[in-house]
Amino acid sequence: MASLASTLEKLTRGNKRTEKIRRYIVVESIYQNSGQIAPLDEIVKLKEKYLFRVILEESHSFGVLGKSGRGLAEHYGVPIDKIDIITAGMGNALATDGGFCTGSARVVDHQRLSSAGYVFSASLPPYLASAAVSAVNYLEENPSVLANLRSNVALLHTGLSDTPGLEISSHVLSPIVFLKLKKSTGSLATDLDLLETIAEQVLKEDSVFIVASKRSTLDRCKLPVGIRLFVSAGHTESDISKACSSLKRISASVLSDHV
Amino acid sequence: QDCFGRPIASAPDAWFDVVERHSNDGNKTLQRTTKTSKCLNLGSYNYLGFAAADEYCTPRVIESLKKYSASTCSARVDGGNTKLHTELEELVARFVGKPAAILFGMGYVTNSAIIPILIGKGGLIVSDSLNHISIVNGARGSGATVRVFQHNNPAHLEDVLREQIAGGQPRTHRPWKKIIVIVEGIYSMEGELCNLPEIMAVCKKYKAYTYLDEAHSIGAVGKTGRGVCELLGVDPADVDIMMGTFTKSFGSCGGYIAASKEIIHHLKHACPAHIYATSMSPPAVQQVISAIKVVLGEDGSNRGAKKLAQIRENSNFFRSELQKMGFEVLGDNDSPVMPIMLYNPAKIPAFSRECLRQNVAVVTVAFPATPLLLARARICISASQSREDLIKGLEVISKVGDLIGIKYFPVEQEKVASVDKLKKLE
Repeated sequence: MASLASTLEKLTRGNKRTEKIRRYIVVESIYQNSGQIAPLDEIVKLKEKYLFRVILEESHSFGVLGKSGRGLAEHYGVPIDKIDIITAGMGNALATDGGFCTGSARVVDHQRLSSAGYVFSASLPPYLASAAVSAVNYLEENPSVLANLRSNVALLHTGLSDTPGLEISSHVLSPIVFLKLKKSTGSLATDLDLLETIAEQVLKEDSVFIVASKRSTLDRCKLPVGIRLFVSAGHTESDISKACSSLKRISASVLSDHV
Repeated sequence: QDCFGRPIASAPDAWFDVVERHSNDGNKTLQRTTKTSKCLNLGSYNYLGFAAADEYCTPRVIESLKKYSASTCSARVDGGNTKLHTELEELVARFVGKPAAILFGMGYVTNSAIIPILIGKGGLIVSDSLNHISIVNGARGSGATVRVFQHNNPAHLEDVLREQIAGGQPRTHRPWKKIIVIVEGIYSMEGELCNLPEIMAVCKKYKAYTYLDEAHSIGAVGKTGRGVCELLGVDPADVDIMMGTFTKSFGSCGGYIAASKEIIHHLKHACPAHIYATSMSPPAVQQVISAIKVVLGEDGSNRGAKKLAQIRENSNFFRSELQKMGFEVLGDNDSPVMPIMLYNPAKIPAFSRECLRQNVAVVTVAFPATPLLLARARICISASQSREDLIKGLEVISKVGDLIGIKYFPVEQEKVASVDKLKKLE
């Protein structure tokens, strides 16, 4: 946050040009590669001070955060009209394909005619749209799934907090649980090898499916590699405890010569 | 305003239901009514007629929906790779004639995410001036220098290539690391085929890589539906990278890239659209698999061959009739896309509304998809339209054309009539 404040300060102070162009802060609510949550209340304070607009990408927090699952703004208690544009992909909580973008009526109308990805691209298959509609209806009628998800995430956190050699580096409330090595071997490639061995063995021996994170050569930000676990409201308590115990056992054996 | 974004209430087959909308405040906002009208569909990209329920495809799609559910909820590299996806990649590679293929969930993304991986700073992209905006976005996002050559003009392409190779990279004048020439098979706004054999010859001479975007031509042209390469007699092994989408001829959604095994292997490891984005929806994958099998004739019938013959017949018939009536129609023979020039932006709503009133649904295209004064109405022919459908469409368009005054060319019938008179006299 301090970095964001200083960047905004640098950009706006004494720079006449920034006053005339459109300025946006683009953030994700739950970051796919690290599981951290963006501190929206501070971002909104900064945005109002420096007069930027906020574009919030809620793919992983839509249907997850907030009392009724409405996302990051509800979670922080920020009124939703302070955020200018919210986009999200439906592949995560809503279990369909595609994405959507919301905002004020004028913003959305403008996008309908001039957004290249909307105008020049074929629209969603109808069955995916109707699946998304039913998913949202279900979420509105049954808010208990959110409670399930939250208890599952908490259970996994407590279960994995004492895994030998790995530590949880994602936010407590995030359904993407990110484990990274406590002591790195020094090179990203060997780290990744170790993590992939853990993931493979866990799958082979206990039929628990987890993944090691993968990065594209185009990525410019440096993030640590880790193991990702995605929690669902459909998991039962026994599933989660099984995953915790198997992960602890395997990581103890694989990482015993590295600690 | 009411000409764009009309909601439809059924599958986009030859005839479909268009929802009527009315407005209380001068077309600023439009409310849907519950009434629908059945219209002849001359606007959907339904080239082979797979958009409606098909006897081979639909049962298999419903089965895969039950088995695999509507979405994989995961990226391809994590948990989203099902048996269907691998099967489709092999099938696509076989169909197109290349060693390997990779799939993406959205056609637009395929172009804009692949081009930055294939080429970066220090490379040169030479693209046709009328390329689709997904290619333009990908080229801009890659950081390579972009040069444009005049549409379908191999001589100008050669000029541009010579100049650029001689000049080298900007400022350092070192030789370019890579040169890629990007063309499309059928240009969606013009309906014309690309001049592939000559462009290939130029690229071979100057050792540039070629990237062919077959979004509209795969499955729709060529004797067995294999696209522009088959139609124009170019060997698919000569084109380095072939891209296509499944939305148009196969009735699904998504895109693919087919190339050599090494390129696909590199793409699988490096492309962000493959690593981070949710994979294609399994029923959509099954639809494409079944559609390709029908086209290849592997489902045991010859429906695929019939469809291909039907669409070629339909498009040639429609085009020649429109030209005889005096409309200005763009595009080459055999191309299922035919834009009718309207030129005047005021004629766009007139054409669209009149046609709808007479139960023919057309798509009108205005700025920014085409230049401001070159507005057009784009007709897309489908294999599921019968001869009577086409004749009805022609009648309606002819009447509307007379009303609006878009028959810019003199009608050819007069010449034929005068020749007959001469013969009778003799």
